[in-house]
Amino acid sequence: MSWFRRTQKGLVAQQKKDLPDGMWLKCEKCREIIYRRDLEENYFVCRFCGFHFRIRAYDYVRLLADEGSFEEFNQHLESVDPLGFRDSKRYSDRLKEAKNSTGMNEAIVTGTARVEGIPYVLGVMDFAFIGGSMGSVVGEKVARAIDRAIELRYPLVIVSASGGARMQEGALSLMQMAKTSARLTLLSEARLPYISVLTHPTTGGVTASYAMLGDVILAEPGALIGFAGPRVIQQTIRQELPEGFQTAEFLLQHGFVDAVVPRKELKARIAQLLRFFGFTPVQQAGEPSFACPEVERQ
Amino acid sequence: MGFVLDFEKPIIELERRIREMRDLADSQNLELKEEIERLEAKAQKLRQEIYSKLTRWQRVQLARHPNRPYTLDYIERICDDFMELHGDRAFGDDPAIVAGVGHIGGRPVTIVGHQKGREIKQKLLRNFGMPHPEGYRKALRVMKLGAKFGRPVISLVDTPGAYPGIGAEERGQAEAIARNLYEMSRLPVPILVIIIGEGASGGALGIGVGDRVLMMENTWYSVISPEGCAAILWRDAGKAEQAAEAMKLTASDLLALGVIDGVIPEPVGGAHHDPDAAAKILKETILRELDALSAIPPDRLVRERVAKYGRMGFWKE
Ligand SMILES: [Zn+2]
Repeated sequence: MSWFRRTQKGLVAQQKKDLPDGMWLKCEKCREIIYRRDLEENYFVCRFCGFHFRIRAYDYVRLLADEGSFEEFNQHLESVDPLGFRDSKRYSDRLKEAKNSTGMNEAIVTGTARVEGIPYVLGVMDFAFIGGSMGSVVGEKVARAIDRAIELRYPLVIVSASGGARMQEGALSLMQMAKTSARLTLLSEARLPYISVLTHPTTGGVTASYAMLGDVILAEPGALIGFAGPRVIQQTIRQELPEGFQTAEFLLQHGFVDAVVPRKELKARIAQLLRFFGFTPVQQAGEPSFACPEVERQ
Repeated sequence: MGFVLDFEKPIIELERRIREMRDLADSQNLELKEEIERLEAKAQKLRQEIYSKLTRWQRVQLARHPNRPYTLDYIERICDDFMELHGDRAFGDDPAIVAGVGHIGGRPVTIVGHQKGREIKQKLLRNFGMPHPEGYRKALRVMKLGAKFGRPVISLVDTPGAYPGIGAEERGQAEAIARNLYEMSRLPVPILVIIIGEGASGGALGIGVGDRVLMMENTWYSVISPEGCAAILWRDAGKAEQAAEAMKLTASDLLALGVIDGVIPEPVGGAHHDPDAAAKILKETILRELDALSAIPPDRLVRERVAKYGRMGFWKE
């Protein structure tokens, strides 16, 4: 697995910010001490208890895109401060800080890629950028990713990680829920599939829009998924929340996700689904041909 | 009169004096006509003065005024006839959302709306206007039923948010709202959305996607309540007034930001001051909007609806 072999310098540095430095790490869940290299080789999943460490957007790109196949688009879209919003900080300063600390322009990366040779449009959210919150830019990039999928007749995969809509853009961020959901009707009309992958955490306005609208919805083990956050619920009902409440497994049990898929199986499962939907690998120059002949999709 | 907001007090006080003077004039047979007229003019001027420069926080307070007309108060006043339809055909009936069919000015319409309660028993029954998933699913079921017969949808929004509870999560609050956004985006009939009170977050938007979205003058609409925003960003729910200012959540703010399509004026003193007058303006607006929307063929309507939401937001590239 080419997990870190092809990483660019900047991306390695980002990884270090999300995980503590050092050769050895302690698992957040089982407290076992893990050798960092082991963790990296195991897709940042604890070998002892299966805990999925949070990883960054470009890590998912490496995980889900065939080597060298990812071509990012709309990376230059940047947020502005339409409300002139200020709490303890100016929104414009928060944006600057987020860009500096993440090396990203916004909380989602979008592009075209191939998975086991099958071309598709991939979007991945990044929780490190203002909690993966959805403002105008996230909404617009999702909408444009849908447009691109329609234009190229590619399937769409979005990996979500988000605390919800971005408060600093007020009702404009709320409207991104309507924008993305409305645009997905066009994808469906074009008879193109959309696979939604939910990672830890996916809550609020993102869950209540495109994350829950996948033709197939996959979730990583243990991921927190919900509309309201557990703290808000606890404050409202003033009682203990049940064990395992709002986990991926809880949603599976209640019928809201199709499958809980460990990170290391994610790529194969997505490819498997896309093949079922009738998508086939493309032949790259200099690569050996795949067995199936290309069939013209209607 | 009951509940009075601080900034309403001078008006209420003046009104009390006018009433006393009238009583006095009647009982003592005194000639106080001139004095009463003078006070009435003063009250009117004061009301206009106060209501012409409301702060955002004052609008939030008015949107939550306990005497403010709710969905069923308007339905009663604007409909020729109305029949409520219950249940989502899957789990239950959610009294926090009212859905039904009826006529307004002779036109057949589907109506959905959040419903708050006025006394404590009603408040509990209506869960303070905070729907569960079955409320959104009921609304969608009835909207689709109407759409099958080409009936336009009137959606009246007034909620402090979708309910954050265990059952709501178990039954897929997020899925129910997302599904409504998706299905309302492509419903092949006109959808007219009117914020009549509070428009909090996904709980409001869950029945709030439409061709035309209007806000009554003294309402608010945003991604979270001012208290919720203050609790998270200021770490102090008491900073709600500041949050309300920062969030730009009033009708005129959202008109300027391109989020809504128009503002419906309320009688001076607010809808709670004169519910009949507020309902009359609402009805006239609905009929005018329906006339305009009904002229548009369904496929164009849907295409333009999706495009309208596509334009929302600000960014640079
Ligand atoms: Zn572990």
